[in-house]
Amino acid sequence: MLLEINPLVLPDIGLVFWNTIAFLVLLIVLGKFAWKPMLKAINERESGISEALLKADKMKAEITAMQNENEVLLAKAREERAIIIKEAKEASEKMVNEAKEKAKSEYDRILADAQMAIHQQKNAAITDVKNQVGALVIDVAEKVLRKELSNKAEQEAYIKQLADGVKLN
Amino acid sequence: MYLNRFKSLLVVSLSLVAILFSTAVMANENPVVADTNHAVATAEAAVSHEAKKEGDFNVTETILEHIKDDHSWHLWGHTSIHLPVILYTSKGLEFFSSEKFVDEHHEPVVYHGNFDYKLIEGKTKIVDANGNIDAAASKQLWDFSITKNVASLFISVIILLLVLLSAANAYKRTGIKSAPKGVQSLMEPIVLFVRDEVAIPNIGAKKAGKYMPFLLTIFFLILTNNFLGLIPFFPGGANVSGNIAFTMTLAVCVFIVVNLNANKSYWEHIFWMPGMHWSMKLFLAPIELIGVFTKPISLMIRLFANITAGHILVLSLICLIFIFKTVFASAIAVPFAVFIGMIELLVAFLQAFIFTMLAAMYIGMATEEHHHESHEAAHH
Repeated sequence: MLLEINPLVLPDIGLVFWNTIAFLVLLIVLGKFAWKPMLKAINERESGISEALLKADKMKAEITAMQNENEVLLAKAREERAIIIKEAKEASEKMVNEAKEKAKSEYDRILADAQMAIHQQKNAAITDVKNQVGALVIDVAEKVLRKELSNKAEQEAYIKQLADGVKLN
Repeated sequence: MYLNRFKSLLVVSLSLVAILFSTAVMANENPVVADTNHAVATAEAAVSHEAKKEGDFNVTETILEHIKDDHSWHLWGHTSIHLPVILYTSKGLEFFSSEKFVDEHHEPVVYHGNFDYKLIEGKTKIVDANGNIDAAASKQLWDFSITKNVASLFISVIILLLVLLSAANAYKRTGIKSAPKGVQSLMEPIVLFVRDEVAIPNIGAKKAGKYMPFLLTIFFLILTNNFLGLIPFFPGGANVSGNIAFTMTLAVCVFIVVNLNANKSYWEHIFWMPGMHWSMKLFLAPIELIGVFTKPISLMIRLFANITAGHILVLSLICLIFIFKTVFASAIAVPFAVFIGMIELLVAFLQAFIFTMLAAMYIGMATEEHHHESHEAAHH
């Protein structure tokens, strides 16, 4: 045979036979107990990693959205705070003003009352004084009249004096 | 490509070294300067002894002996393992130790079993009473012996099983959440390499999974045997992946897998190339049909030739020491042998990769889905 020229290129049936067996054994045993679990584990890990990456991206987006939301909320809160402070200021000012006005009006009222009371008491006092003065005057006049009227001539003279005083115009 | 260039470069440099060295040796031999008669006498005795021992040193024979398969596995000195011989003849199966093929002086003798067997150039042959080969009877002889290559193959199978099963168990033990450790972390990148660089680009992600066990087994078997072949002593030293029977078996496996999985369009492209004129179709069919067989044959020869060439190269360099019969030759031979050994490490990986790559490519070609519309449009 042509191949027998060089012993190197003449395949031995023995090695072919044993090699076939060895290869099939390796293929079956490794295929079932080595390659399958290895490839399965590698695939699982890879899919796990890609899932985790996707999840991380999603989380990142969520966090960004949340941050934006927070900022909006914060701005809103700030605005609200400003409004509340403003309102509170206004309210307090209003209250102070009201209190002031109220105090003033009360003061005015009290003053007026006092003045009125003073006036009334003054009037009363004056009236009283007047009455007493009147009474005194009447008293004095009575006493004077009683003394005057006991002298007829003098009486006549006085009437005459009075009559002279009255001018008929 | 690079490697071939490299090898031719090496051959040139080696022949240069050889020429230079031969003159140097001659120069050394001429002035036999001796101070005392005694020294001259011992030197001459040593030289004559060496000449007697190494005079019949045959480089080709020595190298071929290392490359070829053997029935016994030489360990060191006069110690070797005698492997079992298993023969199947018309008289049935026969088992005996290969020790029976040699006498106490390591000379080949005839073993008288069901027939008279003798090792002729390393092969078991049936001989007649005169010790001549009985060609007709030898044709009926089937040698299933556990030879050196078979034993080495079994060792590689055991190594592969131990390493890969323990790596696979690590996944069960540690789960997929933790990073790979130890042997697992050594195997995983290789498995990923075969998947991502070999299987998926050639076969496609969808179908690659189905062929992954086949490709991985081929890759690891070739790789292990390539590496074992580079170890110069037991349990390495056998030239399994540089043996044509080994590469042929793997190539046949690839051939079977490719053709069993080939789809309709693959066969159509072989026997009746679509989009061609009928005369062209008739012309192409035999060429494509030859291609079906040349693909696995090229696989077989590539691996065999590359590994055998590497072994021959290293052995030739070592043989330089014996050719020049001076220990100084080792100053050149050993660094070169180490250098070639480094390249052989690369070749060991490269050839395993190329074999698997091409196997995946052939599988990919056979299972590819063709889109006829675009295909035909492209041809017209």
